[in-house]
Amino acid sequence: MASAAATHEEHPVGLKRWLFTTNHKDIGTMYLVFSLLMFFVAGSFAMVIRAELFSPGMQIVQPYFFNELTTMHGLVMIFGAIMPGFVGFANWQLPMMIGAPDMALPRLNNWSFWILPFAFTLMLSSFFVPGGAPGTGWTMYAPLSIEAGMGMDMVIFSIHLLGISSVLGAINIIVTILNMRAPGMTLMKMPMFVWTWLITAFLLVAVMPVLAGTVTMVLMDRHFGTHFFDAAGGGDPVLYQHLFWFFGHPEVYIMILPAFGIISQIIPTFSRKPLFGYESMVYATASIAFLSFIVWGHHMFTVGMPAAAEMFFMYSTMLIAVPTGVKIFNWVATMWRGSLSFETPMLFAIGFLVMFTIGGLSGLMLAVVPADFQYHNTYFVVAHFHYVLFSGAAMAMMGGCYYWLPKWTGHMYNETLGKWHFWLTTIFFNLTFFPMHFLGLAGMPRRVPDYALQFTDLNRVASIGAFGLGLSQLLWVYVIYQTVKGGKKAASKVWEGAEGLEWTLTSPPPYHSFATAPTVK
Amino acid sequence: MSATSDHYYLPNPSPWPLIASSGLFTLALGTVLTINDLGAGPWVLLVGAVIVGYMMTRWFGQVIGESEGEVYNAQVDVSFRLGMAWFIFSEVMFFAAFFAALFFERHFSVPWIAADHILWPGFQAMWPTAGPKGAAFTPMTPWGIPAINTLILLTSGATVTWAHWGLLKNNRAQLIVGLILTILLGISFIAMQAHEYYMAYTHFGLTLKAGVYGATFFMLTGFHGLHVTIGTIMLIVMLIRSIKGHFRPDHHFAFEAVSWYWHFVDVVWLGLFIFVYWL
Repeated sequence: MASAAATHEEHPVGLKRWLFTTNHKDIGTMYLVFSLLMFFVAGSFAMVIRAELFSPGMQIVQPYFFNELTTMHGLVMIFGAIMPGFVGFANWQLPMMIGAPDMALPRLNNWSFWILPFAFTLMLSSFFVPGGAPGTGWTMYAPLSIEAGMGMDMVIFSIHLLGISSVLGAINIIVTILNMRAPGMTLMKMPMFVWTWLITAFLLVAVMPVLAGTVTMVLMDRHFGTHFFDAAGGGDPVLYQHLFWFFGHPEVYIMILPAFGIISQIIPTFSRKPLFGYESMVYATASIAFLSFIVWGHHMFTVGMPAAAEMFFMYSTMLIAVPTGVKIFNWVATMWRGSLSFETPMLFAIGFLVMFTIGGLSGLMLAVVPADFQYHNTYFVVAHFHYVLFSGAAMAMMGGCYYWLPKWTGHMYNETLGKWHFWLTTIFFNLTFFPMHFLGLAGMPRRVPDYALQFTDLNRVASIGAFGLGLSQLLWVYVIYQTVKGGKKAASKVWEGAEGLEWTLTSPPPYHSFATAPTVK
Repeated sequence: MSATSDHYYLPNPSPWPLIASSGLFTLALGTVLTINDLGAGPWVLLVGAVIVGYMMTRWFGQVIGESEGEVYNAQVDVSFRLGMAWFIFSEVMFFAAFFAALFFERHFSVPWIAADHILWPGFQAMWPTAGPKGAAFTPMTPWGIPAINTLILLTSGATVTWAHWGLLKNNRAQLIVGLILTILLGISFIAMQAHEYYMAYTHFGLTLKAGVYGATFFMLTGFHGLHVTIGTIMLIVMLIRSIKGHFRPDHHFAFEAVSWYWHFVDVVWLGLFIFVYWL
């Protein structure tokens, strides 16, 4: 081990550094870059979708290819952009925030990352096989997924690979948080970002295996003659929906809880006040995670469930508004009478607060069974989940990016361009998705490449907004590139009001964050 | 160990994660090609399996070497334990998906199909069933091979614990004998299960295609059997390491991890015996 010890601090250079790394910052960087790449891949699918929907009638793509694009836009955004993005944040931040040198299981960490490029190679190459990528939507409902071409098999196996990656990554995060905290860092002293990731990781370990089992049943029905989802053999396609949404609803919180964590770091910093109601924030996060396991039926109100089940799922879903409301009010109370300043991360946090709340409230509307019968499978649903996933998850990541980028790179980003990025994103986002509420309420179905004439105007507005939204993100890439390359030196404590262990390290931090554990009072 | 840290362990850069990922990718691609009857499928699958097998041998080999080389400290031991415990929890959830399918189809799907007199006239709700269009088959009875297998697995849970006691008392003979007994019991379980599958396919008409009963029966017992096989292989590795003189009473994470895994497989079997074979 002596020779290994000598080379370890220097770490290999060039390509090998990235391929073989066991360092949480290198792996975090790879996760973030990969996530950004997938954000643009899946975003480009959305651009084609919006171009097709710019006018009624068929314009530029075939209907089946349109279905492939909606499917892949969802799968790649969820599994390729949002989930790995948050894992990238976790990799960079968790060891620094709990006062550890690295993640608990560094080799496993590298494995969790390197599965991703292989899994997405498999998933995206399904476009090029006979039959193309699945046109089932990201939910892959049986029996459609049973009858799809071999592209479905490629998606099934890529989901298996992504499941392995997520479960191993989540185990690593749990073990790191439980076992690597600096002396004195009790659970109730952990930064909120750490808490939200601990609970997110638990959700991942609990539900990713259920998805793996479910797509395995699809595979068996497709190729080995089983009848899990076929009534002729005593099975039921509705079983697929139950299993899928038992995974799918916690999955929604897997994509939003880390965003809550980032927002809970940003708002106190720029309010120059500690987070209001820290303990209630922890309990609210845990309650949301618990409730996420018993609400899945609200995704399938129209499938024909017994009335008692509809009632149960309706009320349990509405209950989620309570802990979520606790969080929203705590963030607002943190800002109340604070010494506020509006740097780019804070703008994104406030934008999150307003627009995520819109998404949360439209979610409550969807929870009402009789109303959902009207909204189900319309553009209202598309509007709702983009308000929670784009202005929620994605914009929280943008805010987190501006918040920690100076710490990671040692350079300040260009504040003017950052603000431009925020305002362009916010305006174009609302231009894209706000009209979809009206389109949905007026009855425009989702996942259809053509529409009736009366929907034209609002679709045009949405398409123009989408193109602007897509282009604005290039500005983000430019700001990141500029910051990595150079810029004003960042201090250790980048932000005046920032609290936490990561701000005691230099910017950029040393290769192994805390070689000796700090003591937390 | 890192030169800068006196009480943390940080492993050096490693090629195995990348090799593992490429192996899994090749395995997945080979399987996709094979089940779609495309040319080189089985060969690609075989290459993937070889890469994964080689990777596991070398990566585990490296970790064993580090463990015996006293590289790890107590904190690493706790990390490994927590990691294994959460891994087993993820396995529990994987089996939960198939148990959920069993309960849902038995208690909801089949009665709902029977209640529909227009689409499926004459179909009576009962269990076991192959569904309205399924061929006739004979279901498994619990009190033959399954009951014997239950005894075998419960006994093996006792023998692996007895081996653990031997390890804790530094009684190497008891450790080795206990492991050998556990492995023999594991192999007999797999042999009995294989015989049961053979009988099901040749004599009972019970196949994967036998409706929801066949599907849930073979998927649940099949994944369980796979886990018993993996567990047995892990026990064999533990036996070889024990004979080589590895493990100390206060330093034997791998042995405990394998015994946890074995008990987990045992508990899943009890669930199978009750809900798949018996009730």
